[in-house]
Amino acid sequence: MALRDERVTLAHGGGGKAMRDLIEEVFTSVFAPPGMEDQARLQAEALAEPGARLAFTTDSYVVTPIEFPGGDIGKIAVCGTVNDLAVGGAKPLWLSAAFIIEEGTEIALLRRIVATMAREAEAAGVKIVTGDTKVVGRGACDGVFVTTAGVGVIPGRVEMAAGRVAPGDVAIVNGVLGDHGATILAARGDLALSSAIESDCAALGHLMADVLAVAPGAKAARDLTRGGLASALNEIAEAAGCGIEIAEDALPLRTEVVGMCEILGLDPLYLANEGRLVVFVPEVEAEAALAAMRARPEGTGAVIVGRAVEGHKQVRMTTAFGGQRIVDMLVGEQLPRIC
Amino acid sequence: MKFASEFRDPKAAKVLLAEIAKVADRIGATKDKPVHIMEVCGGHTHSIFRYGLDKLVHEGIEFIHGPGCPVCVLPRARVDECIEIAEREGVIFTTFGDAMRVPGMKKSLLQAKADGADIRMVYSPLDALELARRNPEREVVFFGLGFETTTPSTALAIQQAAREGLGNFSVFCNHITVPEPIKALLDDPHMCLDGFIGPGHVSMVIGIHPYDFIAQDYGKPIAVAGFEPLDLLQSVLMVLRQIAEGRAEVENQYARVVPEHGNPVSLAAIDDVYETRPSFEWRGLGEIDKSGLRIRAQYEAYDAEEKFGIGYATGRREVEEAEGCACGQVMTGRMKPVDCPQFGRGCTPEMPLGALMVSSEGACAAYWQYGGARAVEPAE
Repeated sequence: MALRDERVTLAHGGGGKAMRDLIEEVFTSVFAPPGMEDQARLQAEALAEPGARLAFTTDSYVVTPIEFPGGDIGKIAVCGTVNDLAVGGAKPLWLSAAFIIEEGTEIALLRRIVATMAREAEAAGVKIVTGDTKVVGRGACDGVFVTTAGVGVIPGRVEMAAGRVAPGDVAIVNGVLGDHGATILAARGDLALSSAIESDCAALGHLMADVLAVAPGAKAARDLTRGGLASALNEIAEAAGCGIEIAEDALPLRTEVVGMCEILGLDPLYLANEGRLVVFVPEVEAEAALAAMRARPEGTGAVIVGRAVEGHKQVRMTTAFGGQRIVDMLVGEQLPRIC
Repeated sequence: MKFASEFRDPKAAKVLLAEIAKVADRIGATKDKPVHIMEVCGGHTHSIFRYGLDKLVHEGIEFIHGPGCPVCVLPRARVDECIEIAEREGVIFTTFGDAMRVPGMKKSLLQAKADGADIRMVYSPLDALELARRNPEREVVFFGLGFETTTPSTALAIQQAAREGLGNFSVFCNHITVPEPIKALLDDPHMCLDGFIGPGHVSMVIGIHPYDFIAQDYGKPIAVAGFEPLDLLQSVLMVLRQIAEGRAEVENQYARVVPEHGNPVSLAAIDDVYETRPSFEWRGLGEIDKSGLRIRAQYEAYDAEEKFGIGYATGRREVEEAEGCACGQVMTGRMKPVDCPQFGRGCTPEMPLGALMVSSEGACAAYWQYGGARAVEPAE
């Protein structure tokens, strides 16, 4: 082992031997990218199919704390980008991973993050084929920031787009909402709230593929990250030019999450998820899509939450109480209430 | 969720709604001649819209949304003063989350934070106290804001700081009280209120008797209420029954939380640390006599107004409300949020002009968020 330091120093970003040691021991030995060149050279048979298209996406990940119940920043960085590809109907194939590392970060932490990423990538059926590291001075970033880009292939027959959603289509969610957001809130420790909730962080490529296999008419899907279900539905309603109605008593919510939201004055509809999506399918395919989701561990809690409707262009929720209210886009960020 | 879901039972709600309709009919309440009931507290306003209660109750009942959202009634001058303190060298300014977005004359705390001030969101004044212990070289200021519900926790933080001799902790006190603005509203010649729903969590601290004047001096019924939908419906029914029976009393719907005489430990802490200000400015309502609290001379060392020579400690500058803002009229029940010319045009939750659009507990923000008004599409 050439790398004897316990913490990252600016030397690890200096371009010399220390940097090479860090990259080889911590990153490339685990990710095992193909070839020795500075760029990944890739071939996909799936692309040869008529009508097949490349899907390409990127996302940066910052989370405090870096490790939390149910995952760490590496898991989110892999799953988040895989999910961005999956909800577009693409089969995720390759990822890049770039790390901005604050001086003083424990190398053991980096190893844990990298191990998580390798494990999640393998489970999701994607390869991490290229990457980069930069070391910045103390205070210039918060621990570790990760950026992943992903490439996948959309089969010729698949055409997922929010604008295709039409009145009558059914909205299905793959499990309980808000676990990730609630976990991060609790894990920050400044609330003195303890809970057994874990992040829902999960890669949804396989689940999406299974849904598309039985529901080829699926119209659109969105992962429910920042802004939660409420924001995703508003985006879809706007693109589709129709209304969406959901029922409060159909929403899958964990008691602990609802309780935490009650205390803080937050709305679980806006909490972030990292392993949840909403998919719109024609009514005739809804049962099959639901069954396909429930057959997978990341979809056991799948339920129909609502449907697209004519007559208005808003997202509306029938409350458990029988009243109806608009579910709007989030303004700014959710701020805890005074009392 | 036990202890909450019981109070959201739709079946029980139907029974209450039917009973409300019966009594409303009996007293002749109609859409054109409605009974006006003010829910004083912003938490109640939020619940009414969140559960769509305004649309579920008999059409002869109209909710008037009161001034009980501490974020909403905070004058812009006070926000400016917060920023002035926060931008001083060495200060860590701590605040509850929902005060971050309130606009001052030039900017909000959120914008001041982006401009470089060290402003931190905390969940309790005790978090601010802990920050002061850990940063002895910095001056930690807590933005004390809220009604009697939050006043005791600030008082306890000041008492604790005094016990520890913590020299770098102070509170910018904006605590206000509920009974005085209600009295101001009742004295308003344009007032058209028939009854009140009293803020339950305030009464948890002060009990129900501070409201006796509403019934005894002004002859209006009041029910101190909880925050779940069934609590609210039941309290509406209690107020209606009082009207139907010609009674004016202070009733306690929220007895599972509210003791008749309040919480003596909290009251003692408030009394030890604070005294009444001669008057305090309310956004949209103006100066109201004896409606605010200040830190007693004994605890002067923990009073940010004294420490930084700011606010009422310096004599006051007049600050104009934003032009065209009708918050005062909405808060006194003379105008509905949708009837304000700025609603949804110059004033939205993204760019609030008036106080009532700022916090989710403000009447206008609740109208906007939960669509009480969006049948009217906002003009371009």
